[in-house]
Amino acid sequence: MIPANFDYESPRNLSEALSLLDAHEDAKILAGGHSLLPAMKLRLAAPPLLIDIGRIGLLNYIRESGDNIAVGALTTHAEVASSKLLHSQSPLLALAAAQIGDTQVRNRGTIGGSLAGAHPAADYPAAVLALDAQIVATSRTGERVIPATKFFSGMFSTALRREEIITEVRVPRTSAEGVAYKKHHHPASGYAVVGVAVRLKSSGGKVDSVAVGVTGVSDIAYRAMTTENVLRGKSTSAMPDAASHAVDGVDGLGDNYASAEFRLHLAKVYVRRALEEAASTK
Amino acid sequence: MARNGKANGKNNGKSSVWVGKKLKRKEDPRLIKGISHYTDDLKLAGMLYCAFVRSPHAHAKINAIRTDAARAVPGVVKVVTYDDLTGVGVVPCAMQMPDLKIPHHPLLAHGRVRYVGESVAAVVADDIYTARDAAELIEVDYDPLPVVVNMEKAIAKDSAIIHEDFKTNVAFTHVMKNGDVEKVFAKADRVVKQRMLNQRLAPVAMEPRAVIAEYLPGENRLTVWSSTQIPHLLRTQISVMVGLPETAVRVVTPEVGGGFGSKLNVYREEGIVPWLAMKLGKPVKWAELRRENFLATIHGRDTINDVELAVKKDGTILGLRVNVLADMGAYHQLLTPLIPQLTALMIAGCYKLPALEINIKGIFTNKMSTDAYRGAGRPEATYLIERIMDIAARELGMDSLQFRLKNFPQPKEFPFTTITGLRYDSAKYQEAAKRALQLSGYDALRRRQKTGWKNGKYYGVGVSTYVEICAIGPSAATPAGGWESGTVRIEPTGKVTVLTGASPHGQGEETTFAQLIADELGIDPDDVNVIHGDTLAVPYGIGTFGSRGTAVGGTAAFMATQKLKAKLKTLAGHLLGVKPQDVTIGRGKILAKGGKKSMSFGELVGAAYVARNIPPGFEPGLEATHFFEPSNFTFPFGTHVCSVEVDGETGEIKLERYVAVDDCGNVINPMIVEGQIHGGIAQGMGQAMWEEFVYNDDGQAVTGTLMDYAMPKAHLLPEFILDRTVTPSPSNPMGVKGVGEAGTIGSTPCIVNAVCDALSPLGVRHIDMPLKPERVWNAIRQAQSQEKIPAAVAAGKKPAHKAVRRGA
Repeated sequence: MIPANFDYESPRNLSEALSLLDAHEDAKILAGGHSLLPAMKLRLAAPPLLIDIGRIGLLNYIRESGDNIAVGALTTHAEVASSKLLHSQSPLLALAAAQIGDTQVRNRGTIGGSLAGAHPAADYPAAVLALDAQIVATSRTGERVIPATKFFSGMFSTALRREEIITEVRVPRTSAEGVAYKKHHHPASGYAVVGVAVRLKSSGGKVDSVAVGVTGVSDIAYRAMTTENVLRGKSTSAMPDAASHAVDGVDGLGDNYASAEFRLHLAKVYVRRALEEAASTK
Repeated sequence: MARNGKANGKNNGKSSVWVGKKLKRKEDPRLIKGISHYTDDLKLAGMLYCAFVRSPHAHAKINAIRTDAARAVPGVVKVVTYDDLTGVGVVPCAMQMPDLKIPHHPLLAHGRVRYVGESVAAVVADDIYTARDAAELIEVDYDPLPVVVNMEKAIAKDSAIIHEDFKTNVAFTHVMKNGDVEKVFAKADRVVKQRMLNQRLAPVAMEPRAVIAEYLPGENRLTVWSSTQIPHLLRTQISVMVGLPETAVRVVTPEVGGGFGSKLNVYREEGIVPWLAMKLGKPVKWAELRRENFLATIHGRDTINDVELAVKKDGTILGLRVNVLADMGAYHQLLTPLIPQLTALMIAGCYKLPALEINIKGIFTNKMSTDAYRGAGRPEATYLIERIMDIAARELGMDSLQFRLKNFPQPKEFPFTTITGLRYDSAKYQEAAKRALQLSGYDALRRRQKTGWKNGKYYGVGVSTYVEICAIGPSAATPAGGWESGTVRIEPTGKVTVLTGASPHGQGEETTFAQLIADELGIDPDDVNVIHGDTLAVPYGIGTFGSRGTAVGGTAAFMATQKLKAKLKTLAGHLLGVKPQDVTIGRGKILAKGGKKSMSFGELVGAAYVARNIPPGFEPGLEATHFFEPSNFTFPFGTHVCSVEVDGETGEIKLERYVAVDDCGNVINPMIVEGQIHGGIAQGMGQAMWEEFVYNDDGQAVTGTLMDYAMPKAHLLPEFILDRTVTPSPSNPMGVKGVGEAGTIGSTPCIVNAVCDALSPLGVRHIDMPLKPERVWNAIRQAQSQEKIPAAVAAGKKPAHKAVRRGA
């Protein structure tokens, strides 16, 4: 890697990191480095200062926290994917993490870094949206909790303020619900061409509650609200109809691998299949 | 998973100890431990670093290049543009053809850029970071010109011209016509037509290119370290480019991390880096970035093909007519115009073909040059013939494998002369096909397919039978000599040094050549050290490409060993008091006839060096060199069968099982052969399924990073089940054929045939590569609309069962 010149700081704790961020307007936070460094390698990004928070060990955990499971921002995708606690209490996040990139990416990339990067085809956004997760952002003035549904504001952009660092992600326990993450991998990048996260509760063939997060299809991950509305309170046999509304009002992204038209088609199929899988797991 | 071939323990009819054994590669420990050295690992005292400014435009006039800001950066030693290049030559093209247009190909762009990534200026600095930073400060004032990307538009009357001197974008035309083509097409029961694209691929060797040059003025010695497949040919070309006598130039190739043909070339950087080192009197290094590797290292394939096959109702092939447009890119590299001609040579495949007409046009476009990429012209040929065979079988209502069997030459017809004038050395196509049939459970696959179709499951079975041209080759048929050199030297301690001109880049020649020579001399392969890739140590050689390493390079070493054996026998006969012909070389022991008198190998070798008791006229020392000129190419062959399932709703393809029965003649190390086939199949699948180097209408590289260019990955690949038949080649004394490209050649059509087969009940006839889900989905939709099959069928409910007959 032959990037442009940059300064590098490796703070020992969060407050040092936040002070540095406060003091350097164009600084970038470096966590696992799996979004930022490739951009720097191609000189598409040239931040004057990298604040490497990778050595702040206290931000790496997965633990119970009241009604939620709390995941520290520096927890790697591999750790999320293999967490017994998540698999028993809130498996959707782990299912999504298991399908991120490849082994190397999962061993280095972190949940905080992925969410802050807000790549339109990242996997976590679909999962945190479907889970109504809470994202904890910390600055020198304190913490604030951002609901996942309010977190993503556009391609590569979030509700995160310049002086904030993501410190924790809280996901609810979903043991009583069926969940599924279905993904079509881009064959080169491993990003989601379509990624669908579903959380669904049904009883006696009737859908009591459902949440569908979709990533990869448009410039921003979204909840398929029409699908949810069509299905809620209905029989599980309404799934194909509900899924056919998965891209209502969505502007599809197209690229060399998959046109917008195909992505939208694929999204509908994947939403149906994810709903069916979620219904069959509980 | 893989089975042992029948070659074990046998070589050329003799029993052997080492040949035929799955010996672990001698190369692996140092490579796996990461303690070996690639070019970029080398650091010389006082070394400077070079970076290039490359064109962001596919076609533009250069008005001015402003370098002042770059020159002013502390640590920058030199900045050069075309105008600074004095006393230096051009990038060579080795091809000679009557109407071939060879563009002037300078080491930096001259007044015009013709592809994205073309080098415009070079910066040399104390370190690579400074060099790259300074390169960003160079301002080039461009006037964009109309971009020529599409080959068909490039030959239209109103197209912009890439090389104005030529007044055309056609680089050459090549026609091969044999047999009464018009007649067979007129009398054919059916003519099967299909247009097929063979997309552009990037070779993506794991190690990008790298060049270091050091010039010592006192000694007048230029040493160039380069990641190349052809150290000696490169030495000759460097001496021409920089104007030094060839005796003053040494080329060294440290470890080479793959080439796939992309390093069978001479590049701009291999001229300019040595030239800079001479100008500056200091060593200069350039190491290619992956991004540069995608833009400025040769690409492979990129042809548009219109294929017509004339057949009789009973399945007899009558004739083939092919029109090929082959994308040259903007300039010719070493062999650019040769590649489509190899397609022409091999277009008949394994079939008896009474008439052939193939017309090839090489076309200039605003892209990187194409050149040899694993298979080089033969994968294209095999793809065309094997696809059209499959389409024809379907139209005739014949089983695709039976249709092929009907048109194979019989084993007794070999050597078999093809319609293209080649003499296929030896083959039993039927045997490999039968074995593949058994191993794949072909009949069961077909039964499952029928049941699957009834239940909305799209199972497909793909077959491809291939023959390819290896051991390249007789010198008469190659641009720069088709022979190879081998030197074998038994050192005074009895250890053996082998020098081979076939400089490898991952083929395992250090192991296989050691096995070969160990058997000949009755010693252990650990006592044989194979040296390559240093022109000061190794006699002139050609290189490793075209699956020639063992068949030509190995044979040269084998023949040199025969010379040495004769010498050993002369000396042993003298010392043991018997005639040379009564001496046998056993394992570690030299025996006189009758077995009473013997001496150890070490004693005999010692005697040759001490030289106190040698026969009159006997030259002391034990070294022999052989330059082996093959009498013919070799023609490995095989049958591949694979099974796939296609998702009718999404176009996604699941690769299930892949069976490959290959015949590469006698085998020295079955493990290495299997490794070559595994890698080859994966690479061929890469073309069928994922890989494509895409330039958009502006000539910008859309797939210029590994985030966009989809390489085959281990987890995407199905199980490989391998077996071999063994038909020794008569073209060399070891009976070997070559296996470096076979997998790539056989697998690409096999996969596409399987997918088209799966979707045949829907009326899908052909899908161009790579088989991206969207393409497959579109093919299904198009077939539905044309065939008026209800949408429910595509959604996987009730497929129609009629055979689809179209074309012709």
